[in-house]
Amino acid sequence: MVILIQASYFLAAVLFILGLKQMSSPVTARRGILWSGVGMVLATLVTFLDPSLHGVSNYLLMVVAIILGGGYAWQKGRTVAMVDMPQMIALFNGMGGGAAGAIAAVELFGAINQSQAIPGAGVSLVLSSDVAIVAIVGAFIGTLSFSGSLVAWAKLDGRFRRTSLVPQQHWVNLGLLVLVIYLGVKLFDTDSTLLVLLFFLLVLLLGVFVTTPVGGADMPVAISLFNALTGLAVGLEGYVLDNAAMIIAGTVVGSAGTLLTQLMAKAMNRSVWNVLFGGFGQSGGAKEAS
Amino acid sequence: MIEGWAAIYIFLLAGFTGYEVISRVPVILHTPLMSGSNFIHGIVLVGAMVALGHATTLGQQLMGFIAVLLAAGNAVGGYVVTERMLEMFKSSKGGKG
Repeated sequence: MVILIQASYFLAAVLFILGLKQMSSPVTARRGILWSGVGMVLATLVTFLDPSLHGVSNYLLMVVAIILGGGYAWQKGRTVAMVDMPQMIALFNGMGGGAAGAIAAVELFGAINQSQAIPGAGVSLVLSSDVAIVAIVGAFIGTLSFSGSLVAWAKLDGRFRRTSLVPQQHWVNLGLLVLVIYLGVKLFDTDSTLLVLLFFLLVLLLGVFVTTPVGGADMPVAISLFNALTGLAVGLEGYVLDNAAMIIAGTVVGSAGTLLTQLMAKAMNRSVWNVLFGGFGQSGGAKEAS
Repeated sequence: MIEGWAAIYIFLLAGFTGYEVISRVPVILHTPLMSGSNFIHGIVLVGAMVALGHATTLGQQLMGFIAVLLAAGNAVGGYVVTERMLEMFKSSKGGKG
């Protein structure tokens, strides 16, 4: 059974890479998405056979979640107007980032539960140091991509129009980033559920704050960047879960997405730095204008 | 199974693969390719299923459920959106030829 699962994951990874290759040429693009789709269905189906999964209720929840999440996305993706496609990509990309963040949360909260039974033990002792670091970094990137993509979606969809939420937005963001990094380092050895919760909440807030100043025309570049970040987070959580298909597919998207972000920025005569921090020092003026 | 240096080599090689695979993409395919790669990281669904399948407490089940819900949205939505974009692309090309 395990060999069947590993072989299927291997095949899925091959199909993803070939699919992406074909998607980068107009002639073969449609075949590319089809091949990738076959890989995805295969990987998903064999995962049900994984002998380490347990609990009837867990299986039930799995099926319900796939039907609800997949059904909603199918309906939404089918019916949305062509011009609204970019915000759909942002929305679905955000969901992927959120999933990576939630996986990290399951692992981190699980480790903390176990560590509380052992005096003086923390996350790093239960998960081992390398896994703990990768899980925390993945949690940060995935969660940031989640809230950032949702803001990108809301802005493109015209539901959210502000360019700053607090005065001196960029300096506040910088301070928040430092605080989040500090908490992330603390997480490594913690046995406090509250600290993990605070970490996730602040990362969510950081994603919102970072994306808010990005202008509408620059948004596709920002979405592409979040896409690359989600890929990276998926790759990192793949290491935590010991899943080669996730590591390969996630990392491939991470690097392809980074290149794509640069290409898109170049096509618009912008630099990625400019897109993210272009409003630097203008947040005060924007506030006065509004 | 995948430990230390082996994982770092996989990261390295997969990173180069991703970079090489799309290095000559025409501008017109930028958005569909972003959507396509968005679909591919939908593989996070597999990890979400494993995380939920390992859950022992109610809290873990809840987070796992959210993970699978979001990941399924990523995978299915990513596919549908990419398919629709490329479909449009093909028909406009077919019209010319």
